[in-house]
Amino acid sequence: MIEIRWHSRAGQGAVTGAKSLGDIVATTGKEVQAFALYGSAKRGAALRAYNRIDDKPIITHEKFMNPDYVLVIDPALAMTDDITMNDKETTKYIITTHLEKDELISQIPALQDKADRVYVVDCIEISLETIGRSIPNAPMLGAFVKVSGMFELDYFLENMKRVLAKFPQKIIDGNMQAITRAYNEVK
Amino acid sequence: MAEKFDLNEREVWDGNYAASQALRQAQVDVVAAYPITPSTPIVENYGAYVANGYIDGEFVMVESEHAAMSGCVGASAAGGRVATATSSQGFALMVEVLYQASGMRLPIVLTVVNRALASPLNVRGDHGDMYLGRDSGWIQIDAFNAQEAYDLTLCAFKIGENHDVRLPVMVHQDGFITSHTAQNVYPLSDEKAYGFIGDIVPVDDMLDFSRPVTYGAQTEEDWHFEHKAKQHKALMDSRTVIDDVFAEFEKLTGRKYNRVEGYDMDDAEVVIVALGTTVETARVAAQELREEGVKAGVVGIRVFRPFPFDQVRDMLENAKSIAVLDRSSPGGAMGAFFNEVSAALYTTPNRPLITNYIYGLGGRDFSVAEAKRIFLEQKANADAGHITTDIQQFSGLRGPHLGYFQTKRS
Repeated sequence: MIEIRWHSRAGQGAVTGAKSLGDIVATTGKEVQAFALYGSAKRGAALRAYNRIDDKPIITHEKFMNPDYVLVIDPALAMTDDITMNDKETTKYIITTHLEKDELISQIPALQDKADRVYVVDCIEISLETIGRSIPNAPMLGAFVKVSGMFELDYFLENMKRVLAKFPQKIIDGNMQAITRAYNEVK
Repeated sequence: MAEKFDLNEREVWDGNYAASQALRQAQVDVVAAYPITPSTPIVENYGAYVANGYIDGEFVMVESEHAAMSGCVGASAAGGRVATATSSQGFALMVEVLYQASGMRLPIVLTVVNRALASPLNVRGDHGDMYLGRDSGWIQIDAFNAQEAYDLTLCAFKIGENHDVRLPVMVHQDGFITSHTAQNVYPLSDEKAYGFIGDIVPVDDMLDFSRPVTYGAQTEEDWHFEHKAKQHKALMDSRTVIDDVFAEFEKLTGRKYNRVEGYDMDDAEVVIVALGTTVETARVAAQELREEGVKAGVVGIRVFRPFPFDQVRDMLENAKSIAVLDRSSPGGAMGAFFNEVSAALYTTPNRPLITNYIYGLGGRDFSVAEAKRIFLEQKANADAGHITTDIQQFSGLRGPHLGYFQTKRS
């Protein structure tokens, strides 16, 4: 089973991101779970969203997990939230930031012995430039596709179009660009 | 004629979406609803289906849950297929009318997304509202995940509207843990789903003007008791209809439901008995412990009312130590579910050891680790031959241990 924990603020789209990811993973024949733990459910409040992916039906309903991936889509939460909570020796981190990786890690003591498992990408800037709003969930999906190697980019983009089908073409195009850019820019 | 709704063979839906799709496919005539967290999306989704032309029936906006259920009573007495959704405080406000609906033998379907009852105010899942309905005369079916919330909502119409039953049916799912968790769901096509349920054939419908009938009559000591006895008999007799509907559903889908679900129970010595998502989480713990040589099993109650006294007994009589998990504040007693399971087991020759855990109130996480700890406490009981813990314990509570009563059987 692969387990993913998203750190986000309400309104940044982590819940939608987690559900979209679940939707697309399911098309590959895998079983998925996507859920969130809301705080006070107000815009801007810190929240966590979760994915589970497995080859067989997922029957655990605990909120607790030891994540394989931690996706941080709000730059400040990397500093203020406990992003390494319940992690493993193999947990990979993808963090949205405008900082260089070394600069970021130097500011987060908990990451200092994990540098080889930390990836950075500026999802905020990418979403502003492609979608026109600060919606960092779509670029994070692109970065995740790259880091996890779970999908070919084209496969993911095609399926994401289906997930976004109810939106205007402009929004869909923006999301495709955001995912592609983050896929190429994550490091 | 309703628009066609495109469905894939495999969808990723949360429990709310699954329930709302089942209501759409049932072609409900009237939904009267007042939304409340966490069942709000069932009502929202249904409203969107109506607005977008996917539903021919009526959606009635009302001013409260009391009015929602009252609207359902009227529409059902008129002869329609009727459903609504609620949770927690909304459920509490419906309670008066729940008894009216069952007493009038109206086959309304109520999808309940379980949530704690205030105070303190809490929107998350526990079974306080479900327990509040347990003497209301409704059939209560419990889903452990989103797929089941979909499947069992379809089954609910077919059970309640059966002329040998004629009772309202609740389909429960856990607030947030099921209602807001997306997972793989394999829906039926609209034709298959509706074909399974079939058309409603009303009994004594008030819109049949050629044959006037009275609903909600007054009966004092002369006949009230006989009415309630008939209602109880209808609930008890519904067991065979429920079994038949589940069997027919299995033929259609391959998905098999039972009034009591047993997992790893053939040789189980230590058992967790639970409701809702906890049943599945406990199964993970049981499977892990079996690898360590502990003969652990899980029993889930699929049909809470009519309570499967006989099947609970059959399933559990050879176990050694049993933990019954109540996700509802017991309010100065043993957990109600514990009492019911205990009563069933008291009539067996073996009378296994049985203890009560109060857990998960207000959405407190129930982890695999916690389930394992509970199993291991049962193992200690089984090895000792008597209960080694308090008979009732709060599990997963912050602060000092809280527990009551010790065994007299040691």
